[in-house]
Amino acid sequence: MAVKQISVFVENKSGGLADITKALSDANVNIRALSLSEATDFGVLRLIVDDVFAAGNALKESGHIYNITDVLAVAGEDKPGSITKIFTVLAEAGMSLEYAYAFFAKSQEKAIMIIKVADRLAAKKVLKEAGIPLVKEEEIAKL
Amino acid sequence: MAKKYYQPEIETMPVEQLKALQSERLVKQVKHVWDNVPYYRAKMEEKGVTPDDIKGIEDLHKLPFVTKDDLREAYPYGLLAAPLKDCVRIHSTSGTTGKRVVAFYTQNDIDLWDDCCARALTAVGADEEDVVHVSYGYGLFTGGLGLHGGAHKAGCMTIPASSGNTDRQIQFMTDLGSTILCCTPSYAAYLAESIEERGVKDEIKLKAGIFGAEAWTEEMRRDIENKLGIKAYDIYGLTELSGPGVSFECEEQTGMHINEDHFIAEIINPETGEVLPEGEKGELVFTSITKEAFPLLRYRTKDLCILSRKPCSCGRTHIKMRKPMGRSDDMLIIRGVNVFPSQIETVLLNEGMTPNYQIIVDRKNNTDTFDINVEMSQEMFSDNLAEVTAKEKQLVASLKAMLGIQAKVHLVAPKSITRSEGKAVRVIDKRKLYD
Ligand SMILES: [Zn+2]
Repeated sequence: MAVKQISVFVENKSGGLADITKALSDANVNIRALSLSEATDFGVLRLIVDDVFAAGNALKESGHIYNITDVLAVAGEDKPGSITKIFTVLAEAGMSLEYAYAFFAKSQEKAIMIIKVADRLAAKKVLKEAGIPLVKEEEIAKL
Repeated sequence: MAKKYYQPEIETMPVEQLKALQSERLVKQVKHVWDNVPYYRAKMEEKGVTPDDIKGIEDLHKLPFVTKDDLREAYPYGLLAAPLKDCVRIHSTSGTTGKRVVAFYTQNDIDLWDDCCARALTAVGADEEDVVHVSYGYGLFTGGLGLHGGAHKAGCMTIPASSGNTDRQIQFMTDLGSTILCCTPSYAAYLAESIEERGVKDEIKLKAGIFGAEAWTEEMRRDIENKLGIKAYDIYGLTELSGPGVSFECEEQTGMHINEDHFIAEIINPETGEVLPEGEKGELVFTSITKEAFPLLRYRTKDLCILSRKPCSCGRTHIKMRKPMGRSDDMLIIRGVNVFPSQIETVLLNEGMTPNYQIIVDRKNNTDTFDINVEMSQEMFSDNLAEVTAKEKQLVASLKAMLGIQAKVHLVAPKSITRSEGKAVRVIDKRKLYD
C-alpha cells in the first residue's frame, strides 16, 4: 500500500512557502509531514496531507505546479536504532533512496519515515520481510 | 460558404494596375504632406526634393526617410497633416523609453483601417455567422479597437472582451460560442493553458485566431494550434501606420499580404539606406498613401524582413512579407553578442517548456549580466529535485548552443511574469539606466 505525496514547486522568494500552506489551510487540509529540498533559486516542497484530493484542487486553483507521487511510509518505533534499521535493510537489498524524511506521529507514539525509492514494490517486499511495518494511506489520514 | 475576400476587386487586382494605383496615390500624398506639414517640407527641402520630382513609385527612393526619432521630435502635432477639427481619434504606442508616439485619425482613416482588419478576418474565414472575440487591450493600444472595427465591417458578432480576467474570457467563449479569437500570441498561449487547466476544451468552439503585436515563432504557432484546436494566423501593423492590418496572413500561412493599396513597402539596407531588390533581407520601410491625418513617408520600422511577390494560392496579388526576423529594436547586444528574444522562445518550446520568459540584462563590474526568468511548467516539474535541476541544466546548455552566450536561468512561479495590456514584458534592460 503506497502513500500519496504531493510535491509543489516553490519559487525562492519571501512568501513562496506561505502561499502554498495558506492555500491548503484555506481548504481545510491538514499537513502531516513536510520536507523542502532547495536548489539555488527554487525548491520542491513535499507534503503528506490528510486529504490529497482536496489538497490537489486547492493547489490547482491557486495556480501552483504540483504532482502526486507514490511513496512508502514506514513505521519505526520511537527509540534509538529504529531508523538505522530501515536504511540498513534497504541498503543490503541494494536499493538507494531518492529521498527520505520523517515525522513523529503522536497518536501512535511512532516515528514515521517517508521514503522514495526507484522500485517501490521491491522495497515494500524487503521491508516486510525484515518485519518493518508499513503505514497505509488511510492511517495517515486518521493521524 | 464564407466570402473568400472582403474586397475582391482590390485584393486580387492585377499587379500592374495595383502599381498604377500606388503611383497615383503616392503623388497625391507627397503633395498633401508638402502643403500641410512644415516638418516634412523642411526634410524634403534639406534633401533637395520637391513634389514635382515624385511622378510615381519609381521615384519613391528620392524621398527622405522618417524614423521613430522624427515622430518623437514632432510630438504631439508636428506631423499632423489634417486640421485637428477633422480628427476623430488618437492612438499611442506604449513607449517604454522616451516620449510616446501619438498617431491621429480622421473618420476616413478609421474606415480604411477597419477595412484592412476586415480583410484579415475574412481571410481566416470570418463572416456574418461568426463570433469574433477580441481580447486585445482596448484603449490607446491599437489592437483592440482595430480588430473590433474590422469585425464590425465583416459583419461578425463582436465580443469586446479586452484583455485580462481570464475566467470571464473563458466563460464568454463557452457561453457565447466565440469562433475567432483576436489577441497577442502570448495571451493566446496563456488562454490555451487556462482552458486546458479548467478542462473545458470541448466546450470551446474556436476555429481560428488572429494573433499579432508581438514576435512569435512557428513553434509557438503549432503549440497554440494544437492546444486550442484552431488555425492560428499572424497579423502585422504599427500604430504609426494605423495599427494591425498593415499586412495579414491568408490560408496559406506562408507570409502576410501587405495591403498595398494603402501602404507601399520597401526593403532597405539598414546601414546604407539603399533599396534592396525583392527577396533580399533588410529593414522594412513603409509609406502610407491613403492616410489623411498622420501620413508617413518612408517610415523605417526597424523590422528585418523579406518581401515576395510570388503568386499566392489564395489568389491575392498583394506582395507578401515574411514574419519579421527580429527587430533591430528588440535585438539585445549582451557581452558583444546579438541576442534576439525569439531565439529564446524557440529553445523553450523545443525543450517542452512554456514560452513564458523574461530577459533581465544588467551591468555589474563593467560586465553584462544576463538572466532569464522562465515560468515553471507541469512538464518540467518532478518531486525529485535532481531531475528538475537536470532539466534546468539541459535548458541552460540549449540556450548557450542557440545564443552563443551563457545565461543564468531562474525558474519562477507559473503566471508570475508581468503582462501589460495582455502583452508580456519580455525584456528588462537595466543597463539603459547608466547610459
Ligand atoms: Zn495568400
